[in-house]
Amino acid sequence: MLVRFWGTRGSLPAPMTARAATDKIRGALRKSAGHDLSSDEKVEAFIDSELEFAESGTYGGNTSCVEIDGGADEYVVCDLGSGSRDFGNAIMSKFTPGKSTVVNVFQSHPHWDHICGFPFFVPAYIPGNKIRIHGCHDTLEEAYRIQNSAPGFPVDFDMLASDIEFVKLETETEYEIAGIKVTAMKQHHSGDSYGYRFEKDGKSVVYSTDSEHKFESIDESYGFVEFFRNADLLIFDAMYSLADAISLKEDWGHSSNIIGVELAHRAHVKQLALYHHDPNSDDATISRILAETIRFEELSEEGDSLNVCAAFDGQEIRL
Amino acid sequence: MDIDEVKYDSAIILHPNGRLDQDTAATFQDRLLQAIGSGGKGVIVDFSKVPYVSSVGLRAIMIAAKQGKADGISLAVADLTPTVSEIFEISRFNFVVDIHEKLRDAVEAVSDDALKAYEAA
Repeated sequence: MLVRFWGTRGSLPAPMTARAATDKIRGALRKSAGHDLSSDEKVEAFIDSELEFAESGTYGGNTSCVEIDGGADEYVVCDLGSGSRDFGNAIMSKFTPGKSTVVNVFQSHPHWDHICGFPFFVPAYIPGNKIRIHGCHDTLEEAYRIQNSAPGFPVDFDMLASDIEFVKLETETEYEIAGIKVTAMKQHHSGDSYGYRFEKDGKSVVYSTDSEHKFESIDESYGFVEFFRNADLLIFDAMYSLADAISLKEDWGHSSNIIGVELAHRAHVKQLALYHHDPNSDDATISRILAETIRFEELSEEGDSLNVCAAFDGQEIRL
Repeated sequence: MDIDEVKYDSAIILHPNGRLDQDTAATFQDRLLQAIGSGGKGVIVDFSKVPYVSSVGLRAIMIAAKQGKADGISLAVADLTPTVSEIFEISRFNFVVDIHEKLRDAVEAVSDDALKAYEAA
């Protein structure tokens, strides 16, 4: 399986400002002093070896959208936040006239930041395409219809030319969709949210965003340990610091990097991707949180070694 | 987990000994809430013999801090080991809990009478 991150930001799109871009250029130019940059190859080598990710790139500002590419003809994607505009454009770049496209969406929940890309999801406008929106909420269709209606948006849902179907899923049930085994799990979030575990060819990825973890101990009785168990990749809501998540922002429905590491250790997860980044965090802040999380993983000295990354728009992870 | 408790006038100091994790957090939280409920002006946790604190340990501190705030009793931590100090920073608990480098400083922050009793001991 190949996991593609089209949107990794939480709550609200957070595009980089012109000032932030200029700051990156300034920093890179300063670091370039004394380096031979006389060819594209040397420039690339300088960028790779001398600049941190936050200096040469960006985590991006699109909201939740993660593609699970299992190699089948049908697409599989989690959530249609603002990142789904780019995802839809990528689908259209491979568009073949006369051949329909099938997109299987797995909806964590219908909050705005997880559906806001749909009005700009071009495949939904193409006759012959099929969009199946899977989820455990009864309100998914209502949420999508409200979003695509006046006065909020000029194109009414019923004007979309593709065949759009809403498929109700149940927890504790294994489905096989587009050649991938999928199970859902209820999560603690306002109005509920659902995590999804995808398995194919002995590899597994868990998409678990917008999920607050309230427990007194992490042991085998905590259901998420089993849901995450031995996952090759855990995409985890690490929006807040632990202190915020259990004080000022308690019951806001999100979790922290600390809880992510502890749960991943307990469940023997191989790789943890920090996800649903706070829109108030700039690139340097997310990189700092990543470095601190790696350090905490080292300090915790528990379980197997865990690889930790901070997901970014455009990232691909092959399992 | 062994937790010694010493009272200095209006300040209570708890001295936990060992890792503060899911095996010990419940005991620690009970003792902490008990100390807060026993009156006085402030409770201080001496972290000099705590080599590690996990999220459930930090949660116990947060619960106690909230209870203390409701009861008008301060909660502070002091003399953190290097690892625990790092974890407080990574978790941002350094922004929500009073941290003192030395126990004496924490006692002084509770009251002058507590400091006199601490220094006389």
